[in-house]
Amino acid sequence: MTDFACHLRAGRLVASRCVACGHLAYPPRADCPACLSEDFTYHEISGRGTVHTYTRIDAAPAGFETLSPYVIGVVDLAETGRLLAWFGPSIPESEIAVGMPVQVVPRLFEEIEEIRVYYSLERPEAPGAGAV
Amino acid sequence: MARVGVVGIGHGVFGRRSDASVQELAFEAFRLALADAALEPAAIEATVIAAVPEYHKQRSIAGVVQEYLNLNPKPAWLTEVACASGSAAIRTAWMAIASGLHEVVAVIGCQKMTELDTPEILALMGRVGDVQWESTFGTTFPGYYALFARRHMHEFGTTAEQLALVAVKNHHYGALNEKALFRKEITLEKALASDPVASPMRVYDCCANADGAACLVFAAERRARAISRHPVWLDGVGCATASMSVLRRPDLTGLPSAVEASRQAHAMAGSTPRQVKVAEVHDCFTIAEIMAYEDLGFCAKGEGGAFIADRQAYIGGATPVNVDGGLKAKGHPIGATGVSMACEIVNQLRGEGSKRQVPDADLGLTHNVGGIGQYCFVNVYRRD
Repeated sequence: MTDFACHLRAGRLVASRCVACGHLAYPPRADCPACLSEDFTYHEISGRGTVHTYTRIDAAPAGFETLSPYVIGVVDLAETGRLLAWFGPSIPESEIAVGMPVQVVPRLFEEIEEIRVYYSLERPEAPGAGAV
Repeated sequence: MARVGVVGIGHGVFGRRSDASVQELAFEAFRLALADAALEPAAIEATVIAAVPEYHKQRSIAGVVQEYLNLNPKPAWLTEVACASGSAAIRTAWMAIASGLHEVVAVIGCQKMTELDTPEILALMGRVGDVQWESTFGTTFPGYYALFARRHMHEFGTTAEQLALVAVKNHHYGALNEKALFRKEITLEKALASDPVASPMRVYDCCANADGAACLVFAAERRARAISRHPVWLDGVGCATASMSVLRRPDLTGLPSAVEASRQAHAMAGSTPRQVKVAEVHDCFTIAEIMAYEDLGFCAKGEGGAFIADRQAYIGGATPVNVDGGLKAKGHPIGATGVSMACEIVNQLRGEGSKRQVPDADLGLTHNVGGIGQYCFVNVYRRD
């Protein structure tokens, strides 16, 4: 997934597209579940989506104690699939609701060792939201 | 194919068992089950042990348990599918007997959750999610069930009070169970005032880790009738899986593995959900029990909240559920849980449930979930 991270660093959120049958998958995968082909390319997606469900984690697991509480959401992506991410600073917790539109924005949290995938959920019109 | 019956049950005390090693916990349950069946150890042809290995310092725990039970050189092996490991052991015993390979098999679920120190446990628990796409954001076990709870509330209007009422019921029955970790009633107000864990779930929405063991002795029909005056038959076994990742579940208001396992178990047993007189369901979190009411067909989809609010899961209601206190009050030593559930159903079908006996219980069901529904086992038990 190094290439995935490189795309994110460049501001692009990418899904995988099967070269053989066109199956689009997020999270991206190297092997096609539909036709079993191992030939794929990355395909940039918009990062637009809606909140499917969410929770505020008060009791955090090891490595996240100093970060809690934090709110994570599961997002139905406009093109295909879902992702899970933190809500970013543009959406206060009091405004979070199932069904609200969000924009997935690439972010680098390299100073936090546990974080290897880098994006947050923001208002569609928030500064930086157009980067994806 | 041989019909498979339970001829002995043994249930140890669940709790913080600093007094005993894991093999000693296993022995406690094994001794009780042999006494219940009036069998000598030599009658046991094979042992299936359920435990989740990463919680124990001892590797390959089936060997150390089998040695401590003094059952060498009889065969023994381990089953593991997270919190459903005990039901995997039961399914394995059923297969061993139905195939004709063995006639009398002991199943032992055992687990010491407190053998490792807290940082080690936290690190293990933190890896419950998809470690590539989910755990990186600090997901937790209660956090996943909270995601289900929030969506269930959104689609069906389920309330925090309805979640808490599951805990109130299970503590009510746990107070009557001498083997339970928590033996005290709680109020709705107390549950709703407990500390937040992962919204909308609070401390009282979550079960507690525990140490403990439980044992069942299974036998082929001919032997079962010779051994026991009142064998209870395992007539339907169902098992299904669902994706590891919550991102690949089309519906986050139920567990598709539970729906499918239930369908299989009833098809094999020739029974229906309405005929279930008593059920043990996997209430690791209160929302899990509400989803189980729906997944198992005790009520319609979306009506799980009303089912508990209307006291339909109490003795006297449509389907009494977790009348031993459930994981919530009894405690959840994960390898032992599925075996413990089966012990309670056999106890109920024998009519030996004492103050928590369900009247006229002739058909019982267990529902044991591994993880967040990655694995689910549903079994149907019947008395003659």
